Amino acid sequence: MAETLRVYLKLIAAQGRAQASYRTSFWLDLAGSTVVVGADLLTVLVIFSRVPTLAGFAIKETLILFGLALTSFSLADLIVGNIEKIRIYVRMGSLDTVMIRPLSVLAQLLCADVGFRRAGRIVYAAAVLVVATGYAGIDWTPERVAMVVIAPIAGAAFFCGFFVATSTVAFWWIESGEIANSLTYGGRDFTSYPITVYSGWFRKIFAFGLGFAFVAYYPGLLLLGKQDPLGGPSWLGWLSPLVSAAVLGLAAFIWRFGVRHYRSTGS
Amino acid sequence: MIYTKDLRKEFIVRTKAGRFRRARKTVAAVDGVSLTIERGEMVGYLGPNGAGKSTTLKMLTGVLTPSSGEVKVCGLTPVPQRIKLAKRIGVVFGQRSALWWDLPLGDSFELLRHIYRVPPAEHAARLLRCRDLLELDEFMQTPVRQLSLGQRMRGELTAALLHGPEILFLDEPTIGLDVVSKQAVREFLAELGERGDTTIVLTTHDLADIERLCRRIVVIDHGHVVHDGTIEALHARYGSRRRVIADLNEPLPHRIDVPGAELESDTGLRLVFSLDGANSVGPLVSKLASSGLLRDLTIAEPEIEDVIARLYQSDARVPQPSPAT
Repeated sequence: MAETLRVYLKLIAAQGRAQASYRTSFWLDLAGSTVVVGADLLTVLVIFSRVPTLAGFAIKETLILFGLALTSFSLADLIVGNIEKIRIYVRMGSLDTVMIRPLSVLAQLLCADVGFRRAGRIVYAAAVLVVATGYAGIDWTPERVAMVVIAPIAGAAFFCGFFVATSTVAFWWIESGEIANSLTYGGRDFTSYPITVYSGWFRKIFAFGLGFAFVAYYPGLLLLGKQDPLGGPSWLGWLSPLVSAAVLGLAAFIWRFGVRHYRSTGS
Repeated sequence: MIYTKDLRKEFIVRTKAGRFRRARKTVAAVDGVSLTIERGEMVGYLGPNGAGKSTTLKMLTGVLTPSSGEVKVCGLTPVPQRIKLAKRIGVVFGQRSALWWDLPLGDSFELLRHIYRVPPAEHAARLLRCRDLLELDEFMQTPVRQLSLGQRMRGELTAALLHGPEILFLDEPTIGLDVVSKQAVREFLAELGERGDTTIVLTTHDLADIERLCRRIVVIDHGHVVHDGTIEALHARYGSRRRVIADLNEPLPHRIDVPGAELESDTGLRLVFSLDGANSVGPLVSKLASSGLLRDLTIAEPEIEDVIARLYQSDARVPQPSPAT
């Protein structure tokens, strides 16, 4: 196990050296990724410059949800963000060379392109979360301290699973294009706001069917000590690690199934 | 070492049928291939484009899941036991690089040592051999993306062998190489095969590869095995003929008649006979020699290209029941 981990660390280090061989592009990407996420936060601020509350949530409460969602997403994006490249691997048939190595296909793909370039986003997301918790004036109890640590990790696991599961579409549908991205980025934007903003079937599907309510909304309510406007009990926040575990399990299953359907290309 | 029975792989091909509608069609790329390959054999796997060579190879290496049929490699079932199998086989895809594109070639070899967990001494010994035989030293520190195709292919070969695989699969290892690089790759593989501890299966379009390297050839067409045996057996089966070309000092006074030998052309000073693959050239040659007029004599072996071309063109849909070794 420790030995396997060392192999993967070697692969990641090799990837780092390879990226460093394109030095300027690396720093440009790093800078660029920080600017782009800044725009999301601006959207929230603009909305609240027009309305005092959004579906029962004040700006300081919404920022907590935004911070949790952003931190979760950025962590996941750093680890598995490149899985979207599976599309290219499948289309070009270059998965062949990955599959002849005595290592997990998924782990190799992740190690082959770790998003060092996106490291800036983590710093930014963590800063947003820290500022938001300070601004919201959270009454820190031991369970809230635990939650503020657990929620981003569980949320990241959730997004990891979601990324992997949606990218698997590429195995069946080579021209899957941006469909995986629209689901994952859509999911991130969905969780950045209180689910009370949405209504009807849309909320049911995203919040509960896909489980996005457990990334930021319920953990956020627990941190804020706020009553759920939808009437859910406050302990729902603690379900978030369980929901994430279920998503990860399901994603692993879908992935395995997908790899068996790999068709390669003629050569 | 390798065993397959009725191995099949089907693909669904969608074709345009009307503006938005697409028709689905199932195509069998590999259609009932049964093969047994023993340890230490060198087998050439041959066939026209799209015959199913690469697909077979990918099923043997655990890349593709067969649609039906049995397959065992090193006693393992490739797809479910992919990782175990990967440690015991080496694979070179001529058209695809398994090396780290942006890193020096030497770095790839070092990473592979960790991936396959090869003891450092063993790794060093194998690498040294390859560096010697394939002359890698001058480009060990060059990033792979800057290597020439010939250099890269020598790197790929080394990469596939560093963990001491029991079977080496080569998918068109000489494709696109210049004559010198081809020669280097062939010599290296021949040497490897002669040592007898590595089973080698190679697909190729280059018949010179096969003639130089393989005792046994398997020809596949439209997903079926159409020949499995030695090159000689292939010649015998398709009635290849050897030619005896005799140059004379002056025309023969009378015709030479030897059973099985047919006079193809006669220009007076040059006679060309053709013989069935099974017949000995002995009687004909001794008759020519005893005439006392013989200046020079050439025996031309049948061209494998001709045989294969005839094989591809003939109706290859009839599978051959048993290997004709």
